[in-house]
Amino acid sequence: MEVSVENITKTYGFQKAVDNISFKVNTGEIVGFLGPNGAGKTTTMKIITCFMLPDAGIVKVGGLSVLDHPTEVKKHIGYVPESNPLYKEMAILDYLAFAAEIQGVPKSMIRERILEMVQVCGLKNERHKKISELSKGYQQRVGLAQALIHNPEVLILDEPTSGLDPNQIVEIRELIKRIGREKTVILCSHILAEVEATCDRIVIISSGKLVADGTATTLRKQAQNKEIVKVVIEDGERNEIFKALQLIDTIELVDLLPEYTQAFEIQSKADANSRKAIFRLCVDKGWSLTEMTPVERKLEEVFRDLTINN
Amino acid sequence: MKQIWIITKRELRSFFDSLMAYIMIVLFLGFSGFFTWLFGGDVFMVNQASLQSFFGIAFWSLFFFIPAITMGMIADERKSGTIELLVTKPVTDRQIIAGKFMAAFLLICIALALTLPYYITVANIGKIDHGAVLMGYLGLLFMSAAYISIGLFASSITGNQIVAFLIALFIGIFFHLIFSLLASGTTGWLSSILSYLSLSTHYESMARGVIDTKDLIYFCSIIFFAMVGTELALSKRNLTN
Repeated sequence: MEVSVENITKTYGFQKAVDNISFKVNTGEIVGFLGPNGAGKTTTMKIITCFMLPDAGIVKVGGLSVLDHPTEVKKHIGYVPESNPLYKEMAILDYLAFAAEIQGVPKSMIRERILEMVQVCGLKNERHKKISELSKGYQQRVGLAQALIHNPEVLILDEPTSGLDPNQIVEIRELIKRIGREKTVILCSHILAEVEATCDRIVIISSGKLVADGTATTLRKQAQNKEIVKVVIEDGERNEIFKALQLIDTIELVDLLPEYTQAFEIQSKADANSRKAIFRLCVDKGWSLTEMTPVERKLEEVFRDLTINN
Repeated sequence: MKQIWIITKRELRSFFDSLMAYIMIVLFLGFSGFFTWLFGGDVFMVNQASLQSFFGIAFWSLFFFIPAITMGMIADERKSGTIELLVTKPVTDRQIIAGKFMAAFLLICIALALTLPYYITVANIGKIDHGAVLMGYLGLLFMSAAYISIGLFASSITGNQIVAFLIALFIGIFFHLIFSLLASGTTGWLSSILSYLSLSTHYESMARGVIDTKDLIYFCSIIFFAMVGTELALSKRNLTN
């Protein structure tokens, strides 16, 4: 079931929380929804899950509009909100039974579904406790269990691993990946490593606007229209090499890398390629080119570039 | 209807899980029992086989207990964020409010059902007017429904339980006391309007055993307006500028 967000806008007071955002999530895709704090991620999630209506624009889940068929749409969505709110005074099994009933799971199936969720989410040893007695990590699992109880086709998770220890984070990520094989998953986060590890595609928003949409690799490429290579050139005098490199007309910037004596980081001009020219230069001057590697930018840098410029 | 009942069941369970229900029932029975049987204008002092003294005390104790029951019903969900989870389930705002209303109303019904032994006792020691008792209970139920809807409205406009409690009492005291006081201090059409607005006028006429469509319209319109207000307050999140 696909989710398509079309030109949605939402304003709080004078502040535009979400400004004309459009994107699409296909069936069986795990999409990471990234953005700095206050970028409008949570607001977008609230609109997709029919918690609130957009001021303008439309969201369709499996072709159904959230404006016209909210109750239908809600049946297909499993949602874990940002702070994972739960009825703390309830027992886990009671709570899961309530979640199943209200989602319209047939009575005869409820027991079976609860047992399955307890199994899948690793709640087996805790199942007779009250939710308030659980640690944060286990509460997070209850949150996931209630979202998955009716076997929804779309799963929306708002920062699902906040407050978990590293082992739990790995477990939850594995769980999300496993679920994501059949379902459409939207994962909201500001932890880049998490998104890169779990998601097929990344959507980045900043100050309510969509700034990027693509896989991690394409985002890197898109942000990096200037080629950067690291080269190590030996058998020559450092300053001489430095000057000669600067004379190549496709090169914009040459940096000396302090940790190696003969290493340089070379940034070409936009859309230009200077690797051949560097090689020829070395041949002409009789230097030996012992290393030439393209420098790939980290996703963190891409994220910073995209979200700070706006 | 099914969705409303599921919400009602959960709310009721949560009343009993959090001990709220037990405390409320024990306090209510304690108060009303004490003043009906042991102290002040009790049954023996009045020396009549009637439950007038009970209806008089229940009129006041429910006035205070109902806001205490309803104060957290929406305010707390808003504060803890569970309202987001509830609204994103396949239910409408109206079903949520109706479910919560039903839960509070059922709790009051349970509390009132536990006072039925008073009725049985009095009926055994004298000749009781069964119709008056029935109408008295009906009056209490209508009054409770009105205060529950006011309490839910108060709970929906704030995220703080104590504020919700105070707002509910503040709105309630007008219907409970102030309108009738004002009515007795004025004359003519103003007096009759104020007297019509006063809940005690309608309650007392019912407790005397008289039922009038005027009274029913009065209670139903309080419930209706408070519920509409609650629904509006809940849907405020959708407002556009």
